[in-house]
Amino acid sequence: MISERRDLRDLTDEILSASDAEQTEVIVTESDTALTRFANSEIHQNVAERNIDVRIRVINQQRTGVASTNQMGADALREALARALESARTQPARPDLPPLAPPAKLDPIVVDDATAHATPEERAQRVGAICAQADAAGVRAFGALSTGSVNYAVANSNGLFISSPRAVAHLRTVAMADDGSGYADRTSSHLADIDAEAAGAEAIDKCMRTRGAEPIEPGVYPVILEEYAVAELIEYLSFIGFSGLAVEEGRSFMRPGEKITGEAISIWDDGADLTGLPMPLDWEGVPRRRVEIIAGGAATGLVHDMASAARAGVESTGHGLPAPNPTGALAVNLFMAGGSAKSKDELCEGIERGVWVSRFWYVNIVHPKQSQLTGMTRDGTFLIENGKVTRAIKNMRFTQSVMEAFGTASALTSETKLQAGDDYDFTAGIRVPAVRLDRFNFTSVTR
Amino acid sequence: MKELARDALDTAQVGGAQYADVRLQQTRHQEVSVKDGRVDGLSQDFSEGVGVRVLVDGAWGFACTSTMSKAEIDQAVEVALGIARASARVHKRPVDLGPPVAHKGEYVGPVGTDPFSVSLEAKVDLLVEAERLLRSQPSIRFAEASTECTHWRKLFVSTEGAELEQEAYETGAGMECSAVNDEELQKRSYPNSFGRQVAQGGWEVVETMELTSNAQRIAEEAAQLLGAEHCPAGRKTLILDASQLALQVHESCGHPTELDRVYGTEAAYAGTSFMTPDLLGTLRYGSDKVTIVADATVPGGLGSFGWDDEGVEAQNVKLIDEGLFVGYLTSRETAAQLGNGRSMGAMRADGWQRIPLIRMTNINILPGASSLEEMIAGTRDGILMHTNKSWSIDDRRLNFQFGTEMAWEIKDGKRGKLYRNASYGGITPDFWNSCDAVAGPSEWRMFGLINCGKGQPGQVMRVGHGAAPARFQNVNVGIA
Repeated sequence: MISERRDLRDLTDEILSASDAEQTEVIVTESDTALTRFANSEIHQNVAERNIDVRIRVINQQRTGVASTNQMGADALREALARALESARTQPARPDLPPLAPPAKLDPIVVDDATAHATPEERAQRVGAICAQADAAGVRAFGALSTGSVNYAVANSNGLFISSPRAVAHLRTVAMADDGSGYADRTSSHLADIDAEAAGAEAIDKCMRTRGAEPIEPGVYPVILEEYAVAELIEYLSFIGFSGLAVEEGRSFMRPGEKITGEAISIWDDGADLTGLPMPLDWEGVPRRRVEIIAGGAATGLVHDMASAARAGVESTGHGLPAPNPTGALAVNLFMAGGSAKSKDELCEGIERGVWVSRFWYVNIVHPKQSQLTGMTRDGTFLIENGKVTRAIKNMRFTQSVMEAFGTASALTSETKLQAGDDYDFTAGIRVPAVRLDRFNFTSVTR
Repeated sequence: MKELARDALDTAQVGGAQYADVRLQQTRHQEVSVKDGRVDGLSQDFSEGVGVRVLVDGAWGFACTSTMSKAEIDQAVEVALGIARASARVHKRPVDLGPPVAHKGEYVGPVGTDPFSVSLEAKVDLLVEAERLLRSQPSIRFAEASTECTHWRKLFVSTEGAELEQEAYETGAGMECSAVNDEELQKRSYPNSFGRQVAQGGWEVVETMELTSNAQRIAEEAAQLLGAEHCPAGRKTLILDASQLALQVHESCGHPTELDRVYGTEAAYAGTSFMTPDLLGTLRYGSDKVTIVADATVPGGLGSFGWDDEGVEAQNVKLIDEGLFVGYLTSRETAAQLGNGRSMGAMRADGWQRIPLIRMTNINILPGASSLEEMIAGTRDGILMHTNKSWSIDDRRLNFQFGTEMAWEIKDGKRGKLYRNASYGGITPDFWNSCDAVAGPSEWRMFGLINCGKGQPGQVMRVGHGAAPARFQNVNVGIA
């Protein structure tokens, strides 16, 4: 990584000292990541990526400009600074522009070197194990195992220098037969904690059980949502409604202080919780605070960046994104409280006829103000009859207000599972239980 | 730079690569956005690096670096070689790239006025005025106008002798506003949703949009939508405007004809496809009104180039010919696997740091002989839907559901009342087989889509779509 050759503090100091702007901020993101992808039980893509991005924001006379570069030479950095200053010159003043963040400190996070520097052979060994399991079961294995580290640093002319490294391993796999498929994934800050064979066995078991799926009539059903499906819904809720700006603009389903969903639902964001994928600072250099977003079904908190916080008359909660950012703050270290069910099978008890959803696919926003989403089930959809999973069913499309559906949450597992976002930078980490919802609207079925 | 690239090929071959290619890419990008009367973002970004792809023992390895020195690039080559050897441990059949590709040449995309030569002040002034006009209706709670320009340059060399230099400008703009009350939020976008419309070209692309001339109308439409009736549910005749049809083509024809998806290499993430090779030449994908091509040669298309990121020349091939499924988007490897021999050239990477994947180029439905007015006049009970708002499709690209910003009732051949929250859904081949009219060349337009996601690690590709309004029978509408 770049920081092995050059101290990040020296780099940010060099830029800050070269700037004659009233205020200057430097964000450095350096990444060293790798991903081994497999399909049809063999590795078909295997990549490694090293990059560094320096992002400079200047403020002069209530005007701000941003420029970035991935070239670390003195000339390239000077040019980026000049472009940021040029950008700030060419616009009307913005009296509500918030100042840059004040100095802050963080407790250091220890990164697992074995995860940060995992070798292609170590990834191939785990992938090979899954492929061998699939071969033995007469199905095909697909998926990807990624490992690596990302280091973030934010410095500004107020004397702030704050940084935090992060290492993550993420495995996802689909086992597939001609007429069935099953999914599993695992995420951890420690590659050693990724049990590839367990994930492979879970996906293969589900694949075998989905063979010969038959359609059922779309309609409103009780559902068991596995953690994979729950995390996807929470990620969308965060995107469309958990920020102060979304509420300010009237596009959020959140009505602060009001009961908006079921009492069983509590969701919070905590960037310092080591049981998630910790990210203790935001891209404005503000340490993340724990924010209770929904507590017992009531909307209790919002995440803010410096700008929305200033307008709301509160302090930033440390959820800012890199400037420029017209969409507002984003909660990415989310947790959902579990319940008392000891297993997912226990969630099924009492359901006369319902649907078991392993995973959603291609979820998209239909109506943000009503938290209405649409999407498909995928890789493990089953019928529940008289409290038991009885057979595989064809994948179905849902079109549903999530707040309404969560309003019918009647049981949650006590155990929670960590789910990761899709990409290399591992931004989102969401820890959730499996959930039983008494009403969930499926609007069509696929072939 | 050529010297660095050639040296990297030598290093790869000395290290045991049976094939290698090296791609240097430099991208300069500028964005300006104005929101609620203030400049909300003004950024200028620069990225440069080199990606090295090698085949060793029949298996792939890829590595990259942003440090443009011989030592660093050699190190990236060594990493790629090591990765390829690790890949070979879990590999069953050696990669076959088909016939060698050794083109040499240059491509320069069309450009009138260099968009970077237009002052930032002029861009800010345009957007401030457009955004001010967007807020002309009291119910508009927030509005945004933005512009962007990109200049990319690429050098591709391979051990088969290819040596290609390409560059293009991409320029675009867009605006959107949202009318809000206690229960509703209604958004209108112009000239397309997804933030903005972008094309290969210069500042003239933005000038033709006439943002300020259209801003008040867009605001009025958003305000009208707040008070409009909810779209009724049922089976009706559906007419789509060109921009919504472009997205329908993207999701239900572009993606399922990606041959890597068909062969399973996206199965764990983006999914597979119902358009399997056994159906090639026999599947009645649509009615005889439906002909869809992959055309990387359209001037101004976001999917236009001289050669793809494997060095294969830009081509125009049919995917659907008068309703019959006849072709795929391919790479060299998948074309060889299909038995086609040569690739049709659809391998694209979204930057130096990523490997090329099969991506859409410009996936265009060819114009028909009808017109929007003729389609409306010939409809007894239908709905006209306009400008995409939401989209979703299953992992085999069969079951889809779209929502649009605007819709109008069509009754006895006339456009009637406005509807809000319109949606429609269906199953891909059923839907396309119900197409009974496509508008002609005068209503056919190219659209640029800047947010097409695929792959792990994720890549966001810019693709083009040519489309005209079209009509479909017996469609399920009003789902959401």
